[in-house]
Amino acid sequence: MSEWWTYRLEDFLLFSPRVYWRMFELHNAAFWPLHLLTLAAGLAIALLVLRRPRRHGLWIALILAALFAFVGWSFLWSRYAVINWAIAYVAPAFGLQALLLAIGSTVRGGLAFDRRNIAGRLGLLLIAVGLVAYPLLPPLFRRPWASAEIFGIAPDPTAIATLGVLLAASGGLVPLLFPIPLLWLVLSGLTLHAMGDPQAWLPLLAAATTVAALALRRIAR
Amino acid sequence: MMIITRRTFVKTAAASGAAFVLPGTAPGAPAPLMRAVPSSGEMLPAVGLGTWITFNVGDDPVLRDECAEVIAAFFEAGGRMIDSSPMYGSSQPVIGYGLEKLGRPKALFSAEKVWTSAADGAAQIEQSRRFWGVPRFDLVQVHNLVGWETHLETLFAMKADGRIRYVGITTSEGRRHDLFEQIMRAHPIDFMQLTYNVVDREAEERLLPLAAERGVAVIVNRPFQQGALTRQLEGETLPDWAAEIGAGSWAQFILKFILSHPSVTVAIPATTRVDHVRENVMAATGPLLDAAMRERMAAYVRDL
Repeated sequence: MSEWWTYRLEDFLLFSPRVYWRMFELHNAAFWPLHLLTLAAGLAIALLVLRRPRRHGLWIALILAALFAFVGWSFLWSRYAVINWAIAYVAPAFGLQALLLAIGSTVRGGLAFDRRNIAGRLGLLLIAVGLVAYPLLPPLFRRPWASAEIFGIAPDPTAIATLGVLLAASGGLVPLLFPIPLLWLVLSGLTLHAMGDPQAWLPLLAAATTVAALALRRIAR
Repeated sequence: MMIITRRTFVKTAAASGAAFVLPGTAPGAPAPLMRAVPSSGEMLPAVGLGTWITFNVGDDPVLRDECAEVIAAFFEAGGRMIDSSPMYGSSQPVIGYGLEKLGRPKALFSAEKVWTSAADGAAQIEQSRRFWGVPRFDLVQVHNLVGWETHLETLFAMKADGRIRYVGITTSEGRRHDLFEQIMRAHPIDFMQLTYNVVDREAEERLLPLAAERGVAVIVNRPFQQGALTRQLEGETLPDWAAEIGAGSWAQFILKFILSHPSVTVAIPATTRVDHVRENVMAATGPLLDAAMRERMAAYVRDL
């Protein structure tokens, strides 16, 4: 791209805020009542992480893998990429994340949940944000309930809750599982910022919290 | 003695800022200002329809219908040129949907772009044509000069074969004006597209005079700075003399300023609203403004 320094973030925005949020309305309508199942799966993951049973790491990772694959295909590839061609290059990353999670669940020592440190506790906070806070956001930002972003259906709460789970996890493959959801949240936050949306700080704060938690964990060692 | 042909008449008239008015566009409605394409003499209404952001509505059936209503209002008001690009997300199939719904209006002047770093621009143009559902494009422009050397070669060959009617180049927000000038001097392009409005006036220095000199039609994009300019002026009062120049809103004020430049052929504001598309086309009626009045307008906005 020539004269790249003359471009602003807004120059890369291809759609209006109205189109963006209506996309979630249409997506929710298309998959309702699957939301109940994904939220129940998220709740189950949260409970399993809270109880820290090492033997359930397999199921937690497999559920997250399935949800990443589903969100990548149903939302990013099939819906978001229609109004934002750049997302067609991002959607496969969600597939890769699903693959990494699946591998992490099956490899011996790949993924286990035994974190009781500060990072683990911040992780639980992120899980709560992804599962509970996100669906409640629309009225705070004067949007219809129908545009709610739900864990396992929309990418942001899925990425945030997943990062929370990963902060509570240990295992050889865990470091490989952070980059994709982190980068997604940065991308999503910048997109919302370019739209002038007041919600932009939320995915960016979740990403920053994750990085801070990882740094704290490293310092604590 | 100088022999005046249709082409030289139109070229001279366009260069000197003369306006043509299409009689009887809609019953009771003032006919829009017409401007000539210098390379052919073809007359075009001076306000077109841009689709950047506004027509990128994806598969949303409600918003697709709203876009179709905007297209309908645009043609009813006497508009012809619709401009899009492969870069604009779903805008191309949304235009195709609107045109199909309206029964393929014959007035359409289709302006597209080629935007790919791949050598095979023709394949992308063909894909775009299918999205629009038109037999051929009237105008294809090299978007932001991406791969311009290869694509211009392709476009001139397509024009020679009758697969497109005009060839153009585009830029926005003042980028690559030096290269624009070089291309305009070296290649027989029919159209150039750039950003120009009451606050972005860099094009007045070299490119707009050069367009008149070289007989290149000028399409003005982002007349309202993607809405930022009209939003900025929203709370301000129009000058007392705005009514005298036929501007009933800031949008019309800005469009009047643009269209009164003698080198400008078509401005392509984008909108999602039927009332705005009518208001925009209405800006191309009434008197054209002289250079002194245009300076007065620019000074008024600058001093706000």
